[in-house]
Amino acid sequence: MLYTRLIEMNLYEYQAKELFRKYNIPVPAGKHIESPSNLQWDKFPVVVKAQVLVGGRGKAGGIKFANDQKELLDKTREILSMTIKGLKVNSVYLEEKLDIAKEYYVSITLDRSKRRPIIMATTSGGVEIEDVPDEKIVKYWIDPVIGYSNFIGKDISFKLKLPDNESKQFQAILAGMASLYNDYDAELVEINPLVVTKDGLIIAGDAKIIIDSDSLFRHKDIPENAAERTELEEIAYKRGYSLVELDGNIGVIANGAGLTMATLDGLTLKGGKPRNFLDLGGSDDVEKVVGAFEILKIAKPKGILINIFGGVTHCDTVAKGIIEAKKRVGIDVPIVVRLSGVNEDEGRKILSDNGIHSYGDMMDAINEIVKEVNKQ
Amino acid sequence: MSIFVDENTRIVVQGITGHQGSFNTLQMIKFGSKVVAGVTPGKAGTEVHGVKVYNTLSDAMSEEPNATFISVPAPYVLDAAKEALYNGLDIIYILTEKVPYQDTMKIVSMAKKYGKTVVGPNGPGMTSPFKSKLGIMPNQIFKKGNVGVISRSGTLTYEIVDQVTRAGFGESTVIGLGGDPVTGLNYIDVLEKFKNDDETEAVVLVGEIGGTAEEEAAEYIKEKFNKPVVSYITGRSAPKGKRMGHAGAIITRGKGTAESKISALESAGVKVAAYPYEVPALLKEVLK
Repeated sequence: MLYTRLIEMNLYEYQAKELFRKYNIPVPAGKHIESPSNLQWDKFPVVVKAQVLVGGRGKAGGIKFANDQKELLDKTREILSMTIKGLKVNSVYLEEKLDIAKEYYVSITLDRSKRRPIIMATTSGGVEIEDVPDEKIVKYWIDPVIGYSNFIGKDISFKLKLPDNESKQFQAILAGMASLYNDYDAELVEINPLVVTKDGLIIAGDAKIIIDSDSLFRHKDIPENAAERTELEEIAYKRGYSLVELDGNIGVIANGAGLTMATLDGLTLKGGKPRNFLDLGGSDDVEKVVGAFEILKIAKPKGILINIFGGVTHCDTVAKGIIEAKKRVGIDVPIVVRLSGVNEDEGRKILSDNGIHSYGDMMDAINEIVKEVNKQ
Repeated sequence: MSIFVDENTRIVVQGITGHQGSFNTLQMIKFGSKVVAGVTPGKAGTEVHGVKVYNTLSDAMSEEPNATFISVPAPYVLDAAKEALYNGLDIIYILTEKVPYQDTMKIVSMAKKYGKTVVGPNGPGMTSPFKSKLGIMPNQIFKKGNVGVISRSGTLTYEIVDQVTRAGFGESTVIGLGGDPVTGLNYIDVLEKFKNDDETEAVVLVGEIGGTAEEEAAEYIKEKFNKPVVSYITGRSAPKGKRMGHAGAIITRGKGTAESKISALESAGVKVAAYPYEVPALLKEVLK
């Protein structure tokens, strides 16, 4: 029932800028490059930008300038060999270098507290938005039913005290962002910096878009980008499991994200070290349980804790899954089981018929697995 | 009194012939809920556990429901909720997970304009033992009593309620807000109701990392709440920046961490348990 977010729908800058073009948001001339061969560019200087789904790439050396064809080749090769914050750079985006006069900031995102989209804009862009004091940021909340309308862009332009020639351009950009946010179920549309060139043109220097992964059923044209996952997480993800790898030695299978987190908290407070977070979710399927053991086997824990509070997932289903897994997967480390809730008695009986003791209380099970693993 | 749901709650199930709709209809009836009608287009004239099925909600209105249990696939939730608003239902519970949050925002915003209540999506619903259950919480964990429970989680809510019941306490109303970034009810909406509920003498607030809803609730408790509150916050051991499931469970800056929530609650006079099993002991302290 409680779902876990399996897909992160962050778009790369080059993908986001494609969408910007579609919504008539001005972007510099650019080209996406995956390999240094056939590198063609006419107008120098040019900016070479690493395409990675992580902030702070500039500071990490992922943005470089080239003044001629040879430099372009060198810098492209250099950036393509980089790893930024653990992420391998697989492609670069070549872009015309702008003649920057000023840098602004503008974004539309969800304000969870107000349950509305919020527009944030400031003329102090180009730096980390968190460092800009609140009084310098214009904020506007969009009514989700009425939606965005041009008066909002006018209002924000006045509050930003934009000169006339900038105001019109800014309003068109904001209207484009609002349509994009709406049409693509975005969680974030952000431009930082929003560049004002020396010629007085406003252009999106960078582009960041995050799409709500729950909305992908109505956005077949959005490519799914590989998220930041470890090898084990990737295996689990491909098999439809929500798993987060941790660095301990106790494998964990639980149901519901909240209860799974509470299990990890309990283990940690009692001196145990969880190997993973694995939420069975709202399934009631023996094979789903067996599959969870198959993944944990790869993780090589020193013991496995199963913590189930039956609701949508019935306790007897989990018990059957545990028996199946012992037969088919071959688990040779201690398994400690806690079952409570729907069909608890049936589940407990299935286990005891097969010689497996189970607990009714979560802390008893946690203490037992910590003891078992510490013995080794 | 209880809050939101009681003996006067008349439930219609939108999506009653589906696996979840059918199973939970039976469980709700067993709990004592009045399930008066079901809706599945094309299935009019059939029955599910003795409940009449109608093609549309407007047809089902002849049974005079005032609350709905929505269990339709995510792409159809917005339409089902609009149908409920058109027909003037007071409480709209959405079980469905993975509803696009922009759809939820629209539903919540429209409901507010009409003075209606939305609970969920992606939560276990609301239960007032044994007057009515609108949702999917397991029947056997409840006992009637004076403790109100609010939580963002599902199974963790059951864990806490079970602990409270086993320790000899009982519940007035239990509300599962739902695990999504946007939900119909938040902690403060529910605290405002508990404040005026004569059956509720203490509240258990179950929270988790991500978002700032617990911090905002702490502020409200400090300034405006009149009853003792006990809390349990999960996610203390979550590594920073790691995704731990719920959309909300992303640790970004200062606020939203377990530490930030615990210290905000403690400074509002709330007793915070380290483990779920400590909740009853803390209740004993505040209820003596």
